[in-house]
Amino acid sequence: MAESNSNHNNQYSATEIPADGHQAHPLKVYFVVWGWLFVLSACSYMIDFMAIQGYLRWTLILFFMMVKAGLIVAFFMHIIWERLSLSYAVLLPPIAVLVFVAIMAIESNYTVLTRFIFFDGG
Amino acid sequence: MTDTSSAKLTASDNRPKGLSGLVEDWSSDQRAFKNVSWRKAMMWIFLLSDTFIFSIFLLSYMTARMSTKVGWPNASEVFSLHIGHTNFPLLLIAIMTFVLISSSGTMVLAVNYGYRKNRNLTAIMLLVTALLGATFVGMQVFEWTKLISEGVRPWGNPMGAPQFGGIFFMITGFHGTHVSIGVIFLLVMALKVWRGDYDKQTPGYFTSRKGEYECVEIMGLYWHFVDLVWVFIFAFFYLW
Repeated sequence: MAESNSNHNNQYSATEIPADGHQAHPLKVYFVVWGWLFVLSACSYMIDFMAIQGYLRWTLILFFMMVKAGLIVAFFMHIIWERLSLSYAVLLPPIAVLVFVAIMAIESNYTVLTRFIFFDGG
Repeated sequence: MTDTSSAKLTASDNRPKGLSGLVEDWSSDQRAFKNVSWRKAMMWIFLLSDTFIFSIFLLSYMTARMSTKVGWPNASEVFSLHIGHTNFPLLLIAIMTFVLISSSGTMVLAVNYGYRKNRNLTAIMLLVTALLGATFVGMQVFEWTKLISEGVRPWGNPMGAPQFGGIFFMITGFHGTHVSIGVIFLLVMALKVWRGDYDKQTPGYFTSRKGEYECVEIMGLYWHFVDLVWVFIFAFFYLW
């Protein structure tokens, strides 16, 4: 058992897939990611605690969100160790959501404009 | 023709890596996910569909919030806690975030100990993960109770735009349901690990395929996804 462990550890590298398809990696990777997730969550919370507003608030919220999401998907869900055929199959389709977000943002601006014009007496 | 049912990628396969590997895997009428078992591929596809469901919820929330003339309730005040004489904005939500991240941490440990065939530690880590998940749901129940007692309803609330309540209950409720289902499956999985099903390769309830420790990893994928969704809810619903 111990032998197969050290065997896995020796095989480990960030770009290489484990030969048996099993995601066995050194625990240190997970603890480092775990620590960073705590730090980044604390940073997210501090945005609100320090009441940062405006574009800086949005930039920080989105930045911490994306880094946290990236760490979880890449290391906890093992995506960086998978073959690209799987990674791309799950990471590319959500881009369609961003297009939808853009469409609905434009639509919402139009809706609120018409509401101000017609429901407020102009 | 080579055997396409196997999820093992042997050295003799010698498949290219990186982008040329991507093209090779997806072309020429073959199995696209070379070293991924059917169950892991299916879990990923389910998670992709779930991604779209939560995306649509957050998207409708954005649309409602951007198109209303009525002011949106300030999440920082609505979800604040008074401790002593100090007012902590979003304190409960922050604690919930740390609880869920910690449960993700214990989950990867469970996956890792599973592949090391350490039955006891895997079961213990799965139980700790389930416990943290249940704690999260408990705190969410507290939060719902607090908001309902303050008069927040799906059709209106005293703080501002009436859509706030409906969207809050819908999004956090759907996420809480995911966590609750996850806790149930974690407990089932802990039991199976503890009695050695994956060492004996006992098949699951609805399948004749052999049980393997990979099942713990697939359970982990679901659990991390739940954590992932919370990252987005925390950013968009509580911090916006």
